[in-house]
Amino acid sequence: MTQHYDAIVVGTSAGGFHALSAIVAEFPETFSLPVIVVQHTKEDNDEFLARHLNRQSALWVKEADDKEAIQSGRLYLAPPGYHLLIEADRSFSLSVDPRVNYSRPSIDVLFSSAADVYQDNLIGVILTGANSDGSQGLRNIKGRGGLAIVQEPDSAEVAYMPREAIAATPVDHVLALQEIGPFLRQFHEPILVKV
Amino acid sequence: MTHTELEKIETDLLLEGIFQRYGYDFRHYARASLNRRITHRLQQSHLEHISDLLPRVLYDEDFFNCFLTDMSITVTEFFRDPPFYQSFRKLVIPILKTYPYIKIWHPGCATGEEVYSMAMVLHEEGFLGRTQIYATDLNNHSLEIAKEGIYPIEGMKQSIASYNRSGAKASFGEYYHAQYEYARIHDWLKGHIMFANHNLVTDGIFGDMNVIICRNVLIYFDRTLQSQVLRLFSNSLCHRGFLCLGTRETVECTDVQCQFEAVANKEKIYRKM
Ligand SMILES: C[S@@+](CC[C@H](N)C(=O)[O-])C[C@H]1O[C@@H](n2cnc3c(N)ncnc32)[C@H](O)[C@@H]1O
Repeated sequence: MTQHYDAIVVGTSAGGFHALSAIVAEFPETFSLPVIVVQHTKEDNDEFLARHLNRQSALWVKEADDKEAIQSGRLYLAPPGYHLLIEADRSFSLSVDPRVNYSRPSIDVLFSSAADVYQDNLIGVILTGANSDGSQGLRNIKGRGGLAIVQEPDSAEVAYMPREAIAATPVDHVLALQEIGPFLRQFHEPILVKV
Repeated sequence: MTHTELEKIETDLLLEGIFQRYGYDFRHYARASLNRRITHRLQQSHLEHISDLLPRVLYDEDFFNCFLTDMSITVTEFFRDPPFYQSFRKLVIPILKTYPYIKIWHPGCATGEEVYSMAMVLHEEGFLGRTQIYATDLNNHSLEIAKEGIYPIEGMKQSIASYNRSGAKASFGEYYHAQYEYARIHDWLKGHIMFANHNLVTDGIFGDMNVIICRNVLIYFDRTLQSQVLRLFSNSLCHRGFLCLGTRETVECTDVQCQFEAVANKEKIYRKM
């Protein structure tokens, strides 16, 4: 029996546009795990990424709203300029607290609050990027018994972020970009087996 | 019980203790970012458990003040979200101009940049002289900075860029003079603003306001407290008054939704019906 997971969190910066496009294309429409993404962007990108990923993916892609309940079959993006956090009742909170690792939204902020809530039922994924944000958060996920996955640095548009994550944490899987979507898909649990 | 569940109990006890001892009520703040602040305080004070904070805040008032500062660490900007100011100029100002005298309330004004931005807009529209602005926050330290109106000069480049995208009709440089490393806001602009301490959770209404601008404060509250504070706003507004929230805040799906109509959906400008 594979371990059961409740959510996937993903963090990326430079190069994330293409990496995310490739991965989201692999998810089924009814994917039982909500996918929650921090992509570092400029503050005024006006839902461009959400619209783009919606076309690539069977999932409903949207920017997360404050206090919105997290649901399966959806991919949530952190809104530009806001940290995205997860509350104990599995809803989102936004904040405009200071930048963390020069970033808002910060991957560390999302991953750490997600680890508190989902404990060992969480998968954390670090993709391409030019900043060390996310390393600490992935460590926290691993510390709570969750699954830590990092894009293989040589397959990344920018290797720095995956390298930093691998250096900070004994990660479970280092995967090439095209392996990540299919790997995550195996944790999909069709509705019938759900209790 | 998991570590996280134990920490939830400790946090509940801490917030209850603070409320009973000092009257500050953080019990309905959104927990996720509050937890980050508490973790930060633990590390700074070299304490292990959240419950170790309880005797410190109860018996040591200075320590509590530290905690209070942590609770409202702020970042704010001049002309944050320039499109908001554009919509305000286009959709709200023409209506306000029909009144002989108006009152504006900025709760959660932090260190004042947002209030000064609005004062600049009103000045450029030619009726700052007919306006009284009230700016309030629960953090006295932030209020002091706001009252002084002195900001590091290195932030001004970003401020000017935002100002220029906000529908500006003058030049940002007209509102301050540079002194060494600082930009000092002119007294004639400050003169129309009254700064005061006000806690949105425990203090009462600010009556008869024509406009309330409360941006990026509600996101720090849970749903229950958001509704409570929105009711306070509704009761503080005059007939047909305006309510402006942060870009990611809304009256939708709250119990005051039916009392407001949207003036600018994206910029979160509402009008009381
Ligand atoms: C992120 S700042 C918002 C600053 C500004 N409005 C903006 O959008 O840039 C949040 C402010 O809300 C204040 N605040 C938090 N809880 C409050 C309360 N219960 N009553 C009044 N102000 C509060 C904090 O002290 C802080 O200054």
